[in-house]
Amino acid sequence: MSMKTLLAAASLVAMAASAQAEVKIGMITTLSGGGASLGIDTRDGFMLAMEAAGRDDVEVIIEDDQRKPDVAVQLADKMIQSEKVDILTGIVWSNLAMAVVPAATAQGKFYLSTNAAPAQLAGRGCNPNYFSVSYQNDNLHEAAGAYAKSEGYTNPFIMAPNYPAGQDSLNGFKRFYGGELAGEVYTKLGQTDYAAEIAQIRASGADSIFFFLPGGMGISFLKQYADSGVDLPVMGPAFSFDQAILQAVGEAAMGVKNGSNWSKDLDNAANAAFVSGFEETYGRLPSLYAAYGYDTANLLLSALDVAEPSDAEAFRAALKAAEFDSVRGEFSFDTNQHPIQDIYIREVIKEGEVYTNKIVATAIEDRSSAYVDECSMN
Amino acid sequence: MSPILLAEQVLNGLQSGVMLFLMAAGLTLIFGVMGLINLAHGSLYMIGAFAAAAVAGATGSFALALVAALAAAAAAGALIELLVIRRLYARDHLDQVLATFALILILSEGTRWLFGSFPLYLNMPAGLSGTVTLPGGIVYPVYRLALIAVGIAVALGLWWLNARTRLGIRIRAGENDREMIAALGVDISKLYTLVFAIGAALAGLAGALVGAIQSVQVGMGEPVLILAFVVIVIGGIGSIKGALIGALLVGLTDTLGGVLLPELFKLFTDPASAAATGSAFASMAIYVLMAGVLIWRPTGLFGART
Repeated sequence: MSMKTLLAAASLVAMAASAQAEVKIGMITTLSGGGASLGIDTRDGFMLAMEAAGRDDVEVIIEDDQRKPDVAVQLADKMIQSEKVDILTGIVWSNLAMAVVPAATAQGKFYLSTNAAPAQLAGRGCNPNYFSVSYQNDNLHEAAGAYAKSEGYTNPFIMAPNYPAGQDSLNGFKRFYGGELAGEVYTKLGQTDYAAEIAQIRASGADSIFFFLPGGMGISFLKQYADSGVDLPVMGPAFSFDQAILQAVGEAAMGVKNGSNWSKDLDNAANAAFVSGFEETYGRLPSLYAAYGYDTANLLLSALDVAEPSDAEAFRAALKAAEFDSVRGEFSFDTNQHPIQDIYIREVIKEGEVYTNKIVATAIEDRSSAYVDECSMN
Repeated sequence: MSPILLAEQVLNGLQSGVMLFLMAAGLTLIFGVMGLINLAHGSLYMIGAFAAAAVAGATGSFALALVAALAAAAAAGALIELLVIRRLYARDHLDQVLATFALILILSEGTRWLFGSFPLYLNMPAGLSGTVTLPGGIVYPVYRLALIAVGIAVALGLWWLNARTRLGIRIRAGENDREMIAALGVDISKLYTLVFAIGAALAGLAGALVGAIQSVQVGMGEPVLILAFVVIVIGGIGSIKGALIGALLVGLTDTLGGVLLPELFKLFTDPASAAATGSAFASMAIYVLMAGVLIWRPTGLFGART
């Protein structure tokens, strides 16, 4: 190799290095398989905010975890060790979050949750480098519990899949409902046939049903329930009635009440800009997963304006200040770095040809999480 | 637990069993005749459901949707056999597993590319919606009864095909001795394509029928495929009778296990932890059943191969 080409090569390398992003964000989310619609919404919401910011010093690396904990762990290792990311985000499922988050924060990386926020990470397992931007898992279920109590239901039948978020769900519901239950059932994660559970509901003499079945599970249950001849009031967390589920279920979901910390009709400027921007860019209505992704990106950008992730102390303080316009309106972090926010009750309605949600009541104001006192940070 | 609830759960078990049979029958037929492990069978189930949802969405007719599901899955099956599977008969099982696994990925991503990642809408025909009260006061959805009926009809049809028709004789001959049947002048490759297409059509039919009460989405076939493999291992590989008995056993064990085990644990502990532990044990029940059957009969209930 002549001196000239060597120099040219060296300058090329130098150019590439100078063009390289200063902050690397690793997004691990579910982009294939049964839970793909959740991860795709998370990614699209996140990237909408990122692209609007137009910062070329921030690079986002997106990988698909296929909803498998082992894949998520491998991706996290790869992102941390070879891609040298500063911040991880994007995991939808709590069992994957439990596999990835403690290891990532132990290696000094920041993790910002766009969705999963299991009880274990909000209480004793809280960590200065872990922020949940979405909620604590129990929150939306607590809202449904509070709603059940305020409606005067005395005998609800409650049901969730048997995995960390499912257990958080039923615990959250019971915490704010506090009465007798007609039945309590854990289904298999990924279960598609609910005939057995519906038969139990029919036989239980319940006066209402609370269920938490995200993604395809919720579609299957609602379709089968609508055809079962059982006609009880149905409620759940917003996950069971997100935008993708409603279109596939159709008429069967009309009128169902669900607890949510976000809705597309929340009246604030940030939300209006988000909903119209999302519809314009992707040609569909955003779901709450997209809203969390969008908020997470904006929180991240607001902190990057103040400090670099390499200065962990300052960056953490900037994140904790939460100086961004949340699509949820008022937003702040509690000492365990989970949000304090209002949680609403929404009702499924039909707007033209599209099924969607509208807010009908505020279930709990300024809700933090049940585990905040167990967290040693303050 | 009341007898009515138990009877209803038995019906639920039967219904999930006969749908599993549609999957397992194709799988076992293909394995029995061609000695091929087809992991992509779940993708054919998905193709059936997507074809049904697309046609039902466009025409509004469930009958046309079923025809489309059968046709699309059979055509996809025949095409896959001609293009890929045909090259694998002489290879060992590991190569077949690798190639058909690749097919799963290709078909899943292809479907995602065509239809997107969001679940499709497919509903049952209005005539079959609602419930009916059975003797004894069991309130049961009409559509699920129809599924049981279709499953039984397919089982009878397969028995008739296998035992009473020339094609059935050839299939059985192909299972026993493929060189001999080729020497007798039967076009074995055409027979293989046909058997593969029949198996695929059954999977597509199951996908469309079940899609109407479940979520039509990419990747919907793989959980069913795993159960179908459990079924054919229990029933004995290559046996249609075994597939039927195995499917019913798995359907009943899965459904009743999920209901009875939490009840059982309630005798020892509080309802919340009984529900959690019971459902954890229930998800193991069919694999315990499979292990038990294999200890008792290593080739499965009706397996002839050793």
